[in-house]
Amino acid sequence: MTPEELQSIALKKHEENGKFKHCLHVCVGSGCCSSQADQVLKNLTDGVKKGGVDKDVRVIGVGCMGLCANGPMVSVDDNQPLYQHIKPTDAPTILNALDKAPPDEMVCDTDQPFFKRQMQVVRENSGRVDPEDISDCIAHGAYASLAKALTTMSPGDVIQEVTKSGLRGRGGAGYPTGLKWSTVAKASGPDGRGQKYVVCNGDEGDPGAFMDRSVMEGDPHRVLEGMCIAGYAVGASKGIVYVRAEYPLAVKRLNKAINQAVRNEILGRNILGTNFNFDLEIRLGAGAFVCGEETALIASIEGNRGTPRPRPPYPANSGLFDCPTLINNVETFANIPPIIARGSSWFANIGTEKSKGTKIFALTGKVKNTGLIEVPMGITLREIIYDIGGGIPDGKAFKAVQTGGPSGGCLTEKELDIPVDYESLAKAGSIMGSGGMIVMDETSNMVDVARFFMEFCMSESCGKCIPCRVGTCQMHALLDKIYNRKATPGDLALLRELCDMVKATSLCGLGQTAPNPVLSTLKHFENEYLERIQTSGATNAHGPSAHNGHEVNA
Amino acid sequence: MTVATLPKAPTEDKRWRIVEAAMRRQGFDSHALIESLHSVQQAFGFIDTHAMAYVAKALRVPLAKVYGVVTFYHFFTLKPQGKHNCIVCLGTACYIKGSGDLLRAVEEKYHIKEGETTADGELSLLVARCIGACGLAPATVVDGEVFGKPTHEMLMKRIQSKLEGTEAK
Repeated sequence: MTPEELQSIALKKHEENGKFKHCLHVCVGSGCCSSQADQVLKNLTDGVKKGGVDKDVRVIGVGCMGLCANGPMVSVDDNQPLYQHIKPTDAPTILNALDKAPPDEMVCDTDQPFFKRQMQVVRENSGRVDPEDISDCIAHGAYASLAKALTTMSPGDVIQEVTKSGLRGRGGAGYPTGLKWSTVAKASGPDGRGQKYVVCNGDEGDPGAFMDRSVMEGDPHRVLEGMCIAGYAVGASKGIVYVRAEYPLAVKRLNKAINQAVRNEILGRNILGTNFNFDLEIRLGAGAFVCGEETALIASIEGNRGTPRPRPPYPANSGLFDCPTLINNVETFANIPPIIARGSSWFANIGTEKSKGTKIFALTGKVKNTGLIEVPMGITLREIIYDIGGGIPDGKAFKAVQTGGPSGGCLTEKELDIPVDYESLAKAGSIMGSGGMIVMDETSNMVDVARFFMEFCMSESCGKCIPCRVGTCQMHALLDKIYNRKATPGDLALLRELCDMVKATSLCGLGQTAPNPVLSTLKHFENEYLERIQTSGATNAHGPSAHNGHEVNA
Repeated sequence: MTVATLPKAPTEDKRWRIVEAAMRRQGFDSHALIESLHSVQQAFGFIDTHAMAYVAKALRVPLAKVYGVVTFYHFFTLKPQGKHNCIVCLGTACYIKGSGDLLRAVEEKYHIKEGETTADGELSLLVARCIGACGLAPATVVDGEVFGKPTHEMLMKRIQSKLEGTEAK
């Protein structure tokens, strides 16, 4: 396929789509599907056929629309109107209301801050395109950036553009993407053959985070396009998407997208009539949180236990099969096409001085509007929780917000007005992380939260290095003791000491950050720890709260 | 590796052909170990020692390594699962909204711990780290169907109806 043919596919599909009077978008992301959205889609499709209006009304399944709490969602044309809480039996009602006033009780107000305060860059096509139809994606601009990069830019130009955009890794650490790309571009392979790899990290293991899944499900071609452009920029001819096996829908859509791209000669040899070759394949994870760490991920792709190794050498110099390897997160790759299409200065205008662009968060927990949101960097936590999130439900009071999952920390009322960017969150004692944002109200016990995350790290520790393997276990036992009011003040001191030790001496990010939830809850809610210690002894081992704890043999 | 040296499948079961096809697709490369194990898990529902020995031979990797990989990853199981299963999501959002209590309620009612199967092989109780249905927290999955925001009674009723083979919704 040539760039001209790509354009003609887009035009043809546009024309086809334009012939329909209405287009019904049914969210078939995992969240909505679990509330029978697939049945809604089927009933609407059948209804349109039965009513004989299949020439006028187009029904497609699309990716996540964001407001998962109100799913399944159905959008008519461009959210005129947007329906919420749709049941399969609502299909006739929706079809009957197409040219009339929609029934109020089913309509979701799109003027509310949840929609107005967001800024869609990565997710601009999610909820609009049919992820299983490559021509629909092409009609919405997919692969136009790849064509632009391949035909009008040199690999060096692409890297420069990404560097100038100020994009930083969306996996959580925030390493400048352009810098990583140029390191891989400069690296040469072990045997001079020059084989390099591009790896997409889709092992989204944070409990409470599902941004990457929604991108892979809702707009898979955008991820593939970003990887292709990266391959061109760093000189790699092979790409691997590492996805969790727990995301069957994402795996299915990515597989379909890759097959369609290969069939349309967008992947493979001589892409878009140039001499650039790029092959992509999917590797399934098998349920190990530590595989999100890049060296562990590489070990897993090579068919081994996913244990990390010391760095350097960094994967950029010696990664998969000892070849230079570029590893970026799903969201990072998904940011590349718009940067190439609209230019680095457009992207650099969004966000704050050091954190550019937008970030997707999975806003969950004790907040009214749970779901996926994409916001410009620099927005405050207060705006996210109270404007977009709609505040705390059931008249409860806000207590804390947790960002960064098991590697992150809690932030309290005092910190709600800090801007959301890599530096500010780190300064406040948490991290940006991959995008999990969990709101807690006054009923959440912070010792329990810390214990929950420590239990997670304990069971996900790969066991290779002792500080993490033994340290997380001991810390969990101490937290359990404190929670069950059996601890002494000495235990708390020991806990603090262990936090420092594990943080300083663990091999990889999992262990190094495992104490963070403890440290941050200790910083902000020390009283909740002390309260359980000071009253220990007053209640005996079979006291009222003892039934809440799992017994731990450590 | 040629077909001639491919080890014989442990049994006559036709499902081994799926496993063989998966290994063949990857050229019997030792790096394809996890892919191969996925195909076993998918075809049989668990990976026993015969399966491990077969895969080890076919890919020419030590059995010890295969065992190491199988036991490292949560997705692989060594024992057959119950006829029905209930997964309780223990992701952060679900935990905050009380999935820990849901889990304990199921554990108490059916006298099994997480990861175990009832003695009659009817019900397996599993936990997930996050099934990504955080909007439906606390989320559970009963026999492959996501069941969001259940009360204790609703979940028990759903499990019981699956066990009894009656679909009360």
